[in-house]
Amino acid sequence: MNTNNNQLVVQCLDLSKVYTQGTIKVHALDHVDFEARQGDFICLSGPSGSGKSTLLNMIGGLDTPSDGEVFIDNEEIDELNKSELADMRLKKIGFVFQAYNLIPVLTAQENIEMVMQMQGIPKKERNQKSLAILQEVGLEGLEDRKPPELSGGQQQRVAVARAIVSNPSLVLADEPTANLDSVTANKLIDLMLTMNEIHNTTFIISTHDPMIMQRAKTLVKLHDGKIIEIS
Amino acid sequence: MRSLPLISALAWRNLWRNKRRTSVILFAMILGIWAMIVTAAFMRGMSIQALDDTIENLTGHIQIHHQKYLDDPVIENSFSITNRALIASLQHPDIIQWTRRIRVPGIISSERDTRGLVLVGIDPQSEAKMSFLKSAISEGQYFQSPDDKGIIIGKKLAENLETQLGKRVVVMSQDLNNEIADRGYRITGIYDTPTEGMETGFLFMTLANAEKLLNVTDVNSELAIITRSLEHTDVVLKSIKDKNPDLDVQAWDTLQPFVKLIEEMYTDFQYIWHMIVFLAMSFGIINTLLMTIFERTREFGLFQALGLKPRFILAQVWMEAVFMLAIALIIGNFISWLTVLSTGEGIDVSAFAQGMEMAQLSNIIPFIIISEDLFLANIIVIILGLLTSLYPAWRASQLVPANAITRV
Repeated sequence: MNTNNNQLVVQCLDLSKVYTQGTIKVHALDHVDFEARQGDFICLSGPSGSGKSTLLNMIGGLDTPSDGEVFIDNEEIDELNKSELADMRLKKIGFVFQAYNLIPVLTAQENIEMVMQMQGIPKKERNQKSLAILQEVGLEGLEDRKPPELSGGQQQRVAVARAIVSNPSLVLADEPTANLDSVTANKLIDLMLTMNEIHNTTFIISTHDPMIMQRAKTLVKLHDGKIIEIS
Repeated sequence: MRSLPLISALAWRNLWRNKRRTSVILFAMILGIWAMIVTAAFMRGMSIQALDDTIENLTGHIQIHHQKYLDDPVIENSFSITNRALIASLQHPDIIQWTRRIRVPGIISSERDTRGLVLVGIDPQSEAKMSFLKSAISEGQYFQSPDDKGIIIGKKLAENLETQLGKRVVVMSQDLNNEIADRGYRITGIYDTPTEGMETGFLFMTLANAEKLLNVTDVNSELAIITRSLEHTDVVLKSIKDKNPDLDVQAWDTLQPFVKLIEEMYTDFQYIWHMIVFLAMSFGIINTLLMTIFERTREFGLFQALGLKPRFILAQVWMEAVFMLAIALIIGNFISWLTVLSTGEGIDVSAFAQGMEMAQLSNIIPFIIISEDLFLANIIVIILGLLTSLYPAWRASQLVPANAITRV
């Protein structure tokens, strides 16, 4: 599905997710095969209910599949318990969500440092890395601001900074530009592409945003829980 | 352990995220802790007061009587102090004071009225060191010598007899030969106590006077003993009992079972009261934490997405409860201490005088905090508080990240 010959970061095999709503079974994902390699910048697109977020949740281990297998760095995540899954997310995956990305009682710098602190990185190194990444995402001088004191775009930048600061194999972004104006959204895409280029981090982004779709290296279209096109 | 600073920082800041709600629940918890400690201090004060009053009001820690005296308190049922075994018993190192008494039923008549009471012949010197009488004299004076000719009666009895200090009254009783013994005495002292029963039920004269009235020598109805402390009572009691099997030797709690009952009732009440207060408090703790979880569900989902383990979330919510409990305990204990300090000698409950007297209590009840009561109140709040907060914390840790993060 892609021309990149780098190391395989994500592999989904025959992945299905069925939700039951009353007596009706809804196939959010229907026997999907998907893979992403190191340095990929993949955009998942499709209408609401097509299965974009569900696929991201399965890859991130935030939800469990009804059927099929998910491998992250060749490790099958279905075999991990809750604690091991948390460890895997802590070490290998960065997340950017549409909203509520940051912990409101922590400053921008503390939000970025939180993950590193849990990883056991020493305070001095955390401090250096967090300030450097804040500078990299253009938020120098705003490190002591708490989320309510930052604009939507600035909050998303902090979220991206937090997602990549520990050099994870993979960043999953679920509608990251949905609440942003076009100028801010464009800057955020620039930022993610830059991070993808500089750090060679794999990005998988679910979106409705045509701007992201245009700039993605790989575009995966989903419909009714199935992948219908890869370009 | 490396996450402890982060957990603590998050818990502390989250605690003050909704200042009004936290303040309200803290106020309720502080009030609960205050109620626990101050009520315990009041009950403990009542209990200790009742015990002190009982011991001071002629009971002592231990009493020795003739085997038949308590069933039939007449002069025939008396004993001599000259026997060697008894004298040896009274040398016990844990006995700090003892006194002997003649104590028989009698009648007092003034020119206006006649009343039945207990006639008590005392040794003025030793009695002054162990009972209330000397310190309770409000008019006249205490006995000046072992052969003082006067009598001392209670203020209320004087009022009932319509007599007063310096007046003569006639005292009657039954002597050793079952003959009526009567003599006239001048009232040389009047005592005032918080309990009416103590003022109307007794008449005091010296042992010498009582022996003369009852036509006896070297006989005792009662020997009252004060030990080093309450804790020494059982040891002394056993020692005297062993050496004097022919005498009736009893401790204060057997002689005054009602006081013992008050003490036991207090302890039971304390447990029940603490549980009631804590139950009310626990609803506040659970409600606050559940509201916290409801409001921050997306945040907990985010924590999980970022790779923080369920136990981190459990610890974070639990730590919030720990902070709440710690603040409430510090302030609650401090306010309780201030409250007890502000009551000084105690509070005046004379409005309930009759009820208090029934419970053998005086009108001033001191507030007494003892370490055991303080420990009990605090440990109940800490242990049950932490257990209560476990449920909401566990619920937060069990959220499915994908559901939590998308909850509206």
